Amino acid sequence: MAHAHAHGHKKRYTGIMDWITTVDHKKIGILYLFAGLLFFAIGGLEALFIRLQLAYPMNEVVSAQRFNELITMHGTTMLFLAALPILYGFFNYIIPLQIGARDVAFPFLNSLGFWTFFFGGILLNLGFITGDGLPDSGWTAYAPLATEYSPGTGMDLYSIGLQLSGIGTLLGGLNFVVTIVNMRAPGMTMMRMPLFVWTAFITSILIVFAFSALAVGLLMISFDRLFGGNFFNTAAGGNEILWQHIFWIFGHPEVYILVLPAFGILSEVIPTFSRKRLFGYTSMVFATSIIGFLGFMVWAHHMFTVGMGAVANTMFAVATMLIAVPTGIKIFNWIFTMWKGQVRFTTANLFAIGFIPSFTVGGVTGVMLAMAASDYVFHDTYFVVAHFHYVIVGGTVHGIFAALFYWFPKMFGRTLNETLGKITFWLLLIGFNLTFFIQHWLGVVGMPRRVYTYLDGQPGWNEMNFVSTIGAILMGVAVLLVVINIVITLMKPKNAPADPWEDGRTMEWAISSPPPEYNFKQTPLVRGLDAWWVEKRAGNKEMTPAEPVGPIHMPNGSILPFIMSIGLFIAGIGFMYDTLWAIIGGLAVLVICMILRSLIDDPGYHIEPEEIEGKGVKA
Amino acid sequence: MVKRWMKRLVPLMAMMVLFLTGCDFQLAGALAPKGPVAEKQLELILWSLIVMIFVLLVVFVLFFTAIFRFRRRRGQDNQIPEQIEGNHKLEATWTIIPIFLLFIMAVPTVALTFNLEEEAQAVEGQRVIKVVGKQFWWEFTYPEEGIVTAQEVYIPVGEKVVFELSSADVIHSFWVPQLAGKKDANPGSKTINYLYLQADEPGVYKGKCTELCGQSHALMDFKLIALEKDEYEAWVADMLLTAEVTAETQLGAELFNAKCLVCHAVDPGMSSVGPNLNGFADRMYIGGFIDNNAEKLAQWIKNPIGMKPGVTMPPFENELTTDEINEIVKYLQSLH
Repeated sequence: MAHAHAHGHKKRYTGIMDWITTVDHKKIGILYLFAGLLFFAIGGLEALFIRLQLAYPMNEVVSAQRFNELITMHGTTMLFLAALPILYGFFNYIIPLQIGARDVAFPFLNSLGFWTFFFGGILLNLGFITGDGLPDSGWTAYAPLATEYSPGTGMDLYSIGLQLSGIGTLLGGLNFVVTIVNMRAPGMTMMRMPLFVWTAFITSILIVFAFSALAVGLLMISFDRLFGGNFFNTAAGGNEILWQHIFWIFGHPEVYILVLPAFGILSEVIPTFSRKRLFGYTSMVFATSIIGFLGFMVWAHHMFTVGMGAVANTMFAVATMLIAVPTGIKIFNWIFTMWKGQVRFTTANLFAIGFIPSFTVGGVTGVMLAMAASDYVFHDTYFVVAHFHYVIVGGTVHGIFAALFYWFPKMFGRTLNETLGKITFWLLLIGFNLTFFIQHWLGVVGMPRRVYTYLDGQPGWNEMNFVSTIGAILMGVAVLLVVINIVITLMKPKNAPADPWEDGRTMEWAISSPPPEYNFKQTPLVRGLDAWWVEKRAGNKEMTPAEPVGPIHMPNGSILPFIMSIGLFIAGIGFMYDTLWAIIGGLAVLVICMILRSLIDDPGYHIEPEEIEGKGVKA
Repeated sequence: MVKRWMKRLVPLMAMMVLFLTGCDFQLAGALAPKGPVAEKQLELILWSLIVMIFVLLVVFVLFFTAIFRFRRRRGQDNQIPEQIEGNHKLEATWTIIPIFLLFIMAVPTVALTFNLEEEAQAVEGQRVIKVVGKQFWWEFTYPEEGIVTAQEVYIPVGEKVVFELSSADVIHSFWVPQLAGKKDANPGSKTINYLYLQADEPGVYKGKCTELCGQSHALMDFKLIALEKDEYEAWVADMLLTAEVTAETQLGAELFNAKCLVCHAVDPGMSSVGPNLNGFADRMYIGGFIDNNAEKLAQWIKNPIGMKPGVTMPPFENELTTDEINEIVKYLQSLH
């Protein structure tokens, strides 16, 4: 690669400009984390309003229209703007550290991915500010409700905002695939990668394929809504079912995109706090790969009641049930990692361990839903809502909080408060079970999904809905405690050691907390699985280096990704409101930035050995 | 300082809460089947539940054993546990047994799925009722009898009925929880669906729309009424008779023809933009969920959107006086 030693100068930015122009994977990881947490809070508020409205029959907290907007925004925000970005925060920060690299493969693209996601998220939520209507046809946006029967700009915020945000996600996925394939330290074969890196790898491959499908589908919706297209208009020869296929071919892999990283996080946290290596590493790798592959074969289990016929329904039913096998293998591997270990119940480990029973409950209702003839009863009822919240909250959210408490000292140099953390864990566990367990029952006795209210006098409905709302409030308090915990911890001095949990096994724990700008003074030599554990057992205080100390080549920051994202944002609004100058202006900004980036050569700069041997470069 | 007994109490309470959330069990909806389709579906669900509870028990027992027996104790800080790579016997076990469990669940699933589809094929002489979902009400057409009605669909007890499902606008879904699982009502002629069910007992069964279809999706209820064969025939005969206009209802009928007939047919066999109102006086609900009485009916005519958000029917409070509306109400209440 590159022309060897083209001398460039470091561009010095400080304060906010530093964060806007950064291409450092660590800073971008923090940006993703905080943006994701912000949207998580917004999505959580939406959930609270939903449950407040449903606490009593024929309640009037919000109107029917507003309710439909709330459920749409809650789903869209949580899945696209909260869960995945938070996971991207951890991917970004931790993967290069775990593979012994200095950054991701494409730092500029990394920054572009973040800013497009962020501005896409703002576009999606613009309706709260403009008062012009919000998306209201469900996060699944079925046609023709989402096309002909949603006039106005509400659903355009969905199709265009999600398109923009999806570009960011797609770029990120691409980046991680290349990083993991190309940039592992010497000695790190694929089968010596930490499992978090494996799951990130498979997830990123899923993202590249699934988000491409979504992009196409969203384009088709935009055509139907803005340009007189008829893809989903039966009267003109189109077919509304086509949208469902395209959406779910994205939508099913999407849920594996959300849960596989949580599997990876568990596979880091549980071994660390059991002082034992992961049980069945090889089968974990295979199981992850099979889940990723099968994830593309099951999409139509979301469409059992559409009328595809018994042959299609049974094929998808059986394929879906098969995914339970590799997933079950993982559950048993985690349990047996703890078996004969020395389990320590830090907050991170509580969340990781708490995942196991909670996610398993969600998993078994998933198998029940996979059985097509039973699904005719369950589909589009609160049983499904219960199922997916068990796997998302019991699964992904537990994984996210485990990662947060586990890697916070590495990322910010201070450890989150353990007492507050434990209270958070128990509140969340009680709250989420209170909210969702009873919804299994509500679904089978007849309560459909996405209903803005329900009639009085249906046996047990009032009480069950009320209990569910109480649970939601407890969950809200738990999340508030996390926010408070983060704020008070960031006010403390930065004094965390490199290996604060003492039993770290992977290479991020071999360098300071937080790491220097360049991560590793010298690229490390990997001598086995759990590379840092191997060095510790051999009596070393540092990773064995794979190269002598030398000048370290670093990329310069750039304002262009930020500006390109603003250009796309403006163009998006232009399309929505049919304003030509905004469309042309926004796209022009984008093209000019791309030309500038292509024509102006920026070779980065070097950190010289003198700077490293001294105090080290400030991160 | 957190005392030891407090630490034990919190997890215990957490578990109790889980159980308490299930209180107030009332068997209803799909848990109280009244026909063969719902019964077979509930059987399959209960079978899968039994197998899944077994799986949960195994996982929970192993899980709780692991975290209690192998928690870190004092004095262990300098001992590293044995780093176990895996165990082929165990791994084979928890691969093969789940595959077997899936098999015993998959076989009845495949069987019932095909069985339900076969039964839904209309056979010579099979009763087929056409269902059209519209925002936010249901139209029912009986092609043989020549009846078009709305919101309440009557069927004879003990007889298999096939519903032909479609929609006039967005995707809806047709569900009578006590009798059968649901099927979607799609717009367009290429995506018509057939659902079969049967009621084994007479009664009024709740029906729900189960696909988000707009603002009043939650209020798009309908009723399926199963009558003994002779009562059903009587209903058919009654529906084919049009109500006579008397001196009492003369004014109301004229106002109705002027203002309402454009959307609401009263002819037994005619479809219309709005619900066919033949036999309206005998319907339990206005708009699918509002008690059918004079006061509510007047309120509905004045401002339907205020009672059911997003409905297509426009308000008449500025077009008709209160007296005129009351006349129309009187007329509607004569439509038996």
